[in-house]
Order: sequence, then structure tokens, then C-alpha cells
Amino acid sequence: MNKQRKAVALISGGLDSMLAAKTVMDQGVHVEGINFFTGFCVEGHTHAIRAKAKAKPKRNNALWVAEQLGIKLHIVDVIDEYKDVLINPKHGYGANMNPCLDCKIFMVNKAKQWIAENGFDFIITGEVIGQRPMSQRRDTMPVIARESGADDLLLRPLCAKYLPPTVPEREGWVDRDKLHDFSGRSRKPQMELVKQYGISDYAQPAGGCCFLTDPNYSAKLVDLWQARDNNREYELDDIMLLKVGRHIRPAANFKLIVAREEGEGRFLEGYRKEYISLFSLSHSGPLVLLDGTPSAEDLHLAAAITARFGQGRNAESVEVTITQKDGSERRLRSSLSPAPTFRRRGIYEPGRVKRQAFVMSAAGDSYAG
Amino acid sequence: MLNARRLLCPLPVIRTQDKIKQLQPGDRLEVVATDPGVMQDIPAWCRIHGHTVLESREHEGEFIIVLQVGG
Ligand code: SF4
Repeated sequence: MNKQRKAVALISGGLDSMLAAKTVMDQGVHVEGINFFTGFCVEGHTHAIRAKAKAKPKRNNALWVAEQLGIKLHIVDVIDEYKDVLINPKHGYGANMNPCLDCKIFMVNKAKQWIAENGFDFIITGEVIGQRPMSQRRDTMPVIARESGADDLLLRPLCAKYLPPTVPEREGWVDRDKLHDFSGRSRKPQMELVKQYGISDYAQPAGGCCFLTDPNYSAKLVDLWQARDNNREYELDDIMLLKVGRHIRPAANFKLIVAREEGEGRFLEGYRKEYISLFSLSHSGPLVLLDGTPSAEDLHLAAAITARFGQGRNAESVEVTITQKDGSERRLRSSLSPAPTFRRRGIYEPGRVKRQAFVMSAAGDSYAG
Repeated sequence: MLNARRLLCPLPVIRTQDKIKQLQPGDRLEVVATDPGVMQDIPAWCRIHGHTVLESREHEGEFIIVLQVGG
């Protein structure tokens, strides 16, 4: 009797990887899923942080897909190893800070190591030729296979017919005739397959699977690096905080992270031992974290900004508490006259395209908590 | 007890997964987390890997899940 072959499928949580895994499972191959957590993944976080999102808890799509398929899913923490991919991508970045091609090579390489350690035979991805401008082009497909070291152990069931036969096809572990010939950005063939498989629900992440494809997020990341003299090293907390709150950089030496609502405020509370924090004492308002090395004058500016984001934005004066990392507190009274100073200096929100004066803190920007 | 406080999903799931690798079938593990996402994600992860959730509750802003390792 033929031995049952085993494949590991890269599961992002989107439809393509789900269909790719299903296509191969239907041929009698034992499939398990693997999902890499880089720290930038869209799954999870912000939903967990923002209070509003709590009412409707967000499922983790990769886990959900695995459950629909009835396969195991291994989630692998690659936060540290991924830093090198993001900081030094050999093939450069996409439209934003997304190093998609290097990222794919990295992940397929990790999957290659995983199959070697776990006695699996080959790797499946949901890639479709011509679907993504950077990583899913006819000329980049072989690059991923080659540079990941997976070579022809890498099967792309959705577009296999456009590619040279891989080991699983040549050895007859899968029937090439039953694989697909999807290409381009049209989703029609996927929709047909969805119907054929009777899939009633699936996730369709727009753009990419991670925050690095988001222009606002990318701008904040670049700003973080620039503020650190272009030292691109980062910690998980750094990149998590970029997902939360309004980021305002009044000067090169410090920035403020202003909670936009209650859930974010609670999340930022957890960082008060690592950052200077500010909140308005006399009026309700958001918790604000300060990242950087502010001068005494900068602290006044930070206090004034904190005041402006709270209920005291139109008050004559607002009392603001500044807490150092060691817990020591100091109070500052901020009278709301320094607006001209703000205007002169300009306040830059890295996520926004234009430089803006502080007057942008109109009602819509204020704390909702 | 696995302390997954302050970790955001999927990290509590990853830590649970890694911890379970060191345990034997039948062993129990209590996971304490602060991300409400664990209430969905850990049971989902347990279902696909054949582990059983014995208890899940919220207590003073923390989420506690007790699970039993499957065979
Ligand atoms: S979108 Fe993000 S996770 Fe997806 S391939 Fe690009 S860099 Fe990697």
C-alpha cells in the first residue's frame, strides 16, 4: 500500500491558502497548517485593544480556517528572526514597508525546516501567479522556491499548471491534472471553487496579511526609526504600540501616544513603567505616553497637548500629572495659551501625509472614553 | 499555571501550544491572560488539536482557561 504523504500548508487565514490546502487534502494527502507570527500580523491585536471591538470578538482567521478544514494548525513565533527580514530585505520593499518577497522566502524556508523536523513531505502555499505585484509574479515564483531552499518541494496548487511539475506531482503523490490554473487578480475561479467545496464563509483580507502594507503604519515605523538615529532595531512593544492610539511628534526628541478611547487607554496603562505618562487631573481625558527624552520645556508642551485632547480643551487652565517611569509624579498647570507655539513648531503625525498645526485637535480627535 | 498576561493574541495561544508540548496526555494547564481574544482562540486551538477546555471564566479583568491535554 502506498504510504500516505504529508504536507504542511502555509495558512494565512485568507481564502487562497484555504483553497490550496483543501485541493491537496482532497487528493488524500495528510495536511497540517502552519502560521507565522511576525508581530505585524493583522490577526488579533487591535480588535483586542479597542473597547468598541470587544462587543463582537474577532476570530483568529487562521485558526478558524484550520477548524473548517479539520486540520491542525501550528502557530510559530518568528518575531525575532523576522527583524532581519524587515530591516534588510534583499529584494526591497513593496508600496509601503512590506518586504513581501523576502517575507515569503523566509516563511517558506521556515516551513522547509519544519517539514524536515516533523517528517512531512512537501509544502503548500496559496500563491496565485499575477495576484500580488511583488511576491506573486511569474518571475518571482521561482525565486521564492529557490531562495527558500524548498525548490520543487514547494507546491502551489492554485496555479500549479503554469509552473514546472514539482516533486509531489512527479512522484504521483498528487495528480497534477486535478490542480489549478488560476492567474491574475480576478477572484472568479476562487469563487467557483468555493461553490464547489460548499464553503459558506471565509475571510478576505484586503491588501495584505500584515500591517506593513498599511501606509499609516509604515509611516509610523519609519518615523520611529528616524527618531532613533536610523537605528532600525525594534522590540515587540515598539511595534505593538504603533498599532495603538494617535501618534504625535511635536519634536525630534520625543513623541506622544494618545489613547483614542477607553480600550486603548487600558492597554497603554500597561506601559507606564516603560514610558513617561501624562493625564489630565482636573478634567477627564486620555492617558498619554511619552516616548523619548524630553527637556523641561518639552514636558510643558506635552502637558498642553494632553490637556487639549481631554475635556479641558477649552478650559482656562488644566492640571496635568506627569508620571516618570519610576512612579514619581509631578503636576503641571497648563494654561491654554501656547497655541501659537504649537503652530510655529507644527505637530507632525507620522501617519498623516501633511504637517499640521496643533489646531487639528478639533472635537473629532478628542478622547471618547 | 501559564502566565500569558499582557500578551496579545495569538501570543497566548503560541505560549499555550509550547507549554503543552512539555506535558503529558491527561495533564491540566491553567492559562491566565488579559486579552479577551483568548476566550475564542484558545478553545478553537484546543478543538483542532484534540485538547479539552474544562473551564473558562473572567475574574477581575483577567481571563482564565483550564484545559486538559488530549491523547
Ligand atoms: S503582506 Fe506582510 S506578511 Fe504578507 S507577504 Fe507581505 S510582508 Fe509578508
